[in-house]
Amino acid sequence: MDPIMLSRIQYALTTIFHFFFVPLSIGLVLLVAIMETLYVVKGKEVYKTMAKFWGKLFLINFAVGVVTGILQEFQFGMNWSEYSRFVGDVFGAPLAVEALLAFFMESTFIGLWIFGWDRLSKKVHLACIWLVFVGTFLSALWILAANSFMQHPVGFEINNGRAEMNDFFALITNGQLLVEFPHTIFGALMTGAFVVTGISAFKLMKKQDVEIFRKSFNIAILIGLVSSLGVAFSGHFQAQYLVETQPMKMAASEGTWTTTEDPAPWTVVAAIDPDKQENSGEIKIPGLLSYLSYSKFSGSVKGMKELQAEYEQTYGPGDYIPPVRTTFWSFRIMIAAGGLMILLALYGTFLAMRRKLEGAGKWFMRLMVFAISLPFIANTSGWIMTEVGRQPWTVFGYMTTAAGVSPNVSAGQILFSTIAFTAAYTVLGIVMVYLFVREIKAGPYAVEKPEEHDESADPFGVDGGYSVVTK
Amino acid sequence: MLSLSELWFLLIAVLFVGFFFLEGFDFGVGMSTAIIGKTDRERRTLINSIGPFWDGNEVWLITAGGAMFAAFPHWYATLFSGFYLPLVVVLLALIGRGVAFEFRSKMRQGRWRKTWDIIIVVSSALLPFLFGVVFATLMKGLPIDAQMQLRPGFLDIVNPYTVVGGLSVTLLCLVHGLLFASLRTVGDLRERALNTAKKLMLPLAAILAVYAVMTYFMTDVFAVRGWALWIMVVLGAASLGLATYFVRQKREAWAFGMTGAVIAIAFASVFIGLFPRVMVSSMGSAFDLTVYNASSGAYSLKVMTIVACTLLPFVLGYQIWSYYIFRKRLNDQHHLEY
Repeated sequence: MDPIMLSRIQYALTTIFHFFFVPLSIGLVLLVAIMETLYVVKGKEVYKTMAKFWGKLFLINFAVGVVTGILQEFQFGMNWSEYSRFVGDVFGAPLAVEALLAFFMESTFIGLWIFGWDRLSKKVHLACIWLVFVGTFLSALWILAANSFMQHPVGFEINNGRAEMNDFFALITNGQLLVEFPHTIFGALMTGAFVVTGISAFKLMKKQDVEIFRKSFNIAILIGLVSSLGVAFSGHFQAQYLVETQPMKMAASEGTWTTTEDPAPWTVVAAIDPDKQENSGEIKIPGLLSYLSYSKFSGSVKGMKELQAEYEQTYGPGDYIPPVRTTFWSFRIMIAAGGLMILLALYGTFLAMRRKLEGAGKWFMRLMVFAISLPFIANTSGWIMTEVGRQPWTVFGYMTTAAGVSPNVSAGQILFSTIAFTAAYTVLGIVMVYLFVREIKAGPYAVEKPEEHDESADPFGVDGGYSVVTK
Repeated sequence: MLSLSELWFLLIAVLFVGFFFLEGFDFGVGMSTAIIGKTDRERRTLINSIGPFWDGNEVWLITAGGAMFAAFPHWYATLFSGFYLPLVVVLLALIGRGVAFEFRSKMRQGRWRKTWDIIIVVSSALLPFLFGVVFATLMKGLPIDAQMQLRPGFLDIVNPYTVVGGLSVTLLCLVHGLLFASLRTVGDLRERALNTAKKLMLPLAAILAVYAVMTYFMTDVFAVRGWALWIMVVLGAASLGLATYFVRQKREAWAFGMTGAVIAIAFASVFIGLFPRVMVSSMGSAFDLTVYNASSGAYSLKVMTIVACTLLPFVLGYQIWSYYIFRKRLNDQHHLEY
């Protein structure tokens, strides 16, 4: 295999895996912070128990998010050194700021939060978890500022064959960032909310620790409703921005080969043939694509064939059409998952407001458990659409992905690292799911037993007598 | 007057020195769990002594990486792509270590714990070793061509000089970590940590001396920066002598400060010896990467300087505060979080 393909596979795998944990961390830490706030304000122990229980899940998840994030930073230099040389000036700056502003904050205050329960006053301890939330939030802001530059490069000029920053303010007020950040953050909050409601629904069905999980469900479903609506609205703005700045991505995610009639219909499903550049078996809703693109029921949307001709004029000969089927279907999967979550959140909120949660049908509770998977499906397909839809570009209009790869790293080396990271991530994934299930089963009142067997059983044993007892 | 690219070289040097000073002791404590942690409870106490800090310490490395990316893209690109395989191992070790701290106590079964404990020990030893190797090669020089591409052979990375460099850093971190452990524990554990450190002082001095001599003969840093490096050698030797003295006096706080000084002096010397180069090319000094030909544009450096100067005081402030909060020694009566 060639190094470019391998580097792409490695980037895709590691990013998707990393992005399972990041949104969940952001979403969970907000819920934990809210629960601890309720504890400090109302003074009820039950809220503290809640904060600690969900906090445990947050910490397991956070650890995996952090360690997989380090790999993301190193990967640019290791696999994409030419990309790093070309854009380091602009792209590196937000990464450096992210570390300085967000990572230090997260890591220091998470340490204070975990180990500070009996060393800090209630209010200072509470401030720590909120600062962790602020840290994760800022981290997302800066990493998306970097990503937005790749989607819609601004604030730089080309000097000596490199992109050099000339307007930092433009970088952080990038239109792409303004639509991408809210969409991603709402998606993250939604992820935390659906994980908490799903687990709570599971426990409520089993009638375990009902008070805790009813309260958790109620808080989370409200966040779930607000954020899932937020995702939909911000997604709409993002789509409109896309039509202006990356029309090819929009056309690909709509499977639109030729410029549409006016008003443009929205294709629900279609069988796409990228070789013949045509679709069959389409189901269309009239006028909807115009509305999605321009917020009105008129206006046509450009097709890929016309755009390809335009891009060839601007950028020279080449294939500027991204993998159409992947982009098209990931867009639809994202929307379907998002729509389903809005419906579930609406009904869940209705039940919670009416205090009818316990009387709710088992079907709904089961559906909520199943819905834990939805935000992950939506987040992943959303990123696949965004990143695959940008191809062949890595920095839109300036550098292709193929040009960014490290020239001095062999395919064998990348193959080795891809296998090593995939193996490590597989183990991490399994362990993490296992630990999650274990913590959930044990529930919020699981107390750690004192380790009385420590030295007494066999002081000469390798494990200080410990293994003797468990065997 | 410092130019901005020189200032950023200095900042990156400070970040790396800070990283090795701080993460140095938690690497050491990680290694020491295998040496002085006899029971599970003791290993747990040791890990708790670095529990609130190790994650924040590691961010110094992430920030150094980010700063290199932003301020010296060519340095970042050449180094990271050139050291491909060692960095894969570094990443695997960082991943394993990070989750091991979080995962080890989630279950009580002997095998589960033993596995994560082994990962903690191995990664805590492997990481300083590999960093030591990489920094040694930076001083010795690497085959960097006219296109700033680095295609090192095995012997460019693994040779007697770099292996001694790696072992020096590992041993230095171990002693530094043992002293940190003695500073944060009581009773038997504290005694054992101090005694082990005491026994290791002589081997440490020996390997550092060997490394300094090898550096004199196998690199050009003494030729380039003559007196400055001699001052560093004298200061380093003095700090190590004081560390030994304080260990014997059982004044672990001072001893810990002194091993920290040795680490700081050692890594500062690397950067002093390199300057103004960031990577030395063994194919001719025309191909060296320097702070001038590897850096970002002036505008980018200026923006980052403003950002860094604004944020660093806060970062240092709350990091110091967190050390202040957890300043007390850990004993058997403490509820241990891990």
